Amino acid sequence: MQLNRETIAQLAEHLENAELQAHDVVKITDAHPEMDWDDAYAIQEEIRRRKIARGTKIVGLKCGLTSYSKMRQMGVETPCFGFVTDYGCVPDGGEVKVAELIHPKIEPEICFVMKHALKGPGCHIGAVLAATDFIIPGLEIIDSRYRDFKFDLKSVIADNTSAARFVVGGQPQPVSEVDLRTVGLVMEKNGVPVAFGAGAAVLGHPAAAIAMLANHLGARGEEIPAGALILSGGVTEAVAVAAGDHINLRVQGMGSLGVRFV
Amino acid sequence: MALDAKTVETLGDELYAALTGRHTITPFTSRGLDLDIEDAYHIQQRMVGRRIEAGERVVGKKIGVTSKVVMNMLDVHQPDFGYLLDGMVYNEGETIPMDTLIQPRAEGEIAFILKKDLLGPGVTNADVLRATECVMPCFEIVDSRIHDWKIRIQDTVADNASCGVFVLGDQAVAPHKVDLALCGMVLEKNGEIVGTGAGAAALGSPVNAIAWLANTLGRLGIPLKAGEVVLSGSLAALIPVRSGDSLRIAIGGIGGCSVRFQ
Repeated sequence: MQLNRETIAQLAEHLENAELQAHDVVKITDAHPEMDWDDAYAIQEEIRRRKIARGTKIVGLKCGLTSYSKMRQMGVETPCFGFVTDYGCVPDGGEVKVAELIHPKIEPEICFVMKHALKGPGCHIGAVLAATDFIIPGLEIIDSRYRDFKFDLKSVIADNTSAARFVVGGQPQPVSEVDLRTVGLVMEKNGVPVAFGAGAAVLGHPAAAIAMLANHLGARGEEIPAGALILSGGVTEAVAVAAGDHINLRVQGMGSLGVRFV
Repeated sequence: MALDAKTVETLGDELYAALTGRHTITPFTSRGLDLDIEDAYHIQQRMVGRRIEAGERVVGKKIGVTSKVVMNMLDVHQPDFGYLLDGMVYNEGETIPMDTLIQPRAEGEIAFILKKDLLGPGVTNADVLRATECVMPCFEIVDSRIHDWKIRIQDTVADNASCGVFVLGDQAVAPHKVDLALCGMVLEKNGEIVGTGAGAAALGSPVNAIAWLANTLGRLGIPLKAGEVVLSGSLAALIPVRSGDSLRIAIGGIGGCSVRFQ
């Protein structure tokens, strides 16, 4: 830790205000270049604490930066992790108000719902699959609070990994029914297919992202609780959206879901 | 038609000589010729005709320019096609000698094996599914006889849609057993994931691509024939390959295909 408690609290307030008031800010490492990974997660934790104190419920966890090419680009060996909130949850077919966001983008994901708690270190794909209740398609709307999506990894972790809104829906499946590496995802914007991918785009296997999350939490003495919803990371690049757009996601063997932007 | 028969013949022969001599030529579109797409198909006929004269046999067709990205790159709004000949055939796991190619790139695709003739116009997706014996995972190794791949649409059409060789995979599945628009594809090079995609990347569905070809050829009175192999278009970005590379694709619900280059 390089930052003191006051600075962490002040940066958390700064970033949370940017989120709640839908305005952008410059990346926080500009003013605090000495900031380390623990500081980044401490700021995110403080944002979580502020929300809970205000009565917000934390309804799930998320993995970000889960493609090997993006990780190489950022010079890191693990993805980053954040949380999603009750007010971030949009029903399948529901509306997202773009006025409440800064510059939203959307990406398709495979979401896991856990039957049993999972605690690292030592979690692997097999342990994740054994602990999973079911998987379900999801759309994540990310909205970095940083100007023009210009950030480094520590800044993005502090900013709760750009989490904003999410939708789950379609046809849930037990993990034994789906080949998670080759499961195909097709995302359509206003009826036109715009992004295509397969599950392996997430760390070779989406369950690998969940294992890394369990190991990350384990190192901090925490665990993934039973019943948790976890967004395992974008399978394709994120696509920018604006008011008037509608997005539909179709997933092989797992139905479809959609969301509209107003 | 803008070119006279003599010029068409000369240009077709020039491509044939480049193919057999493994060298590249300057793009036709940079030579100040008034060359339209119809001319380009006539040049293709000449080039393919020379191969048939030399003893090769037509075994199928390939469809190219099926993705939005490639259409935008070539500034066209429709796919193109070329001929598959028996000299292009490789099977699962075989090694392709690099000295038979010039500047190869690999594409992962779904191949359709027909059991009935298909003659357009008026061919629907239902007709395509009825006429298809099975679908197979497939690598198309595209290769350009045009210098540095500096192609415009007329150049690639004339050059037999930049077809090099192709490899059929380890499994065959009845077309109605798979959601062809949603099946995901994972492409690995030397064990590393280099791309993922899904069926819809080819004209919204590989079935659309086959119907397009049957209807396009039908206007010229040419059927797709029972027993032919039809490659339906790339599902992810093209991957350049070098000697020593080993590639594998896995397609959800269909199977896999691997190939090596030496």
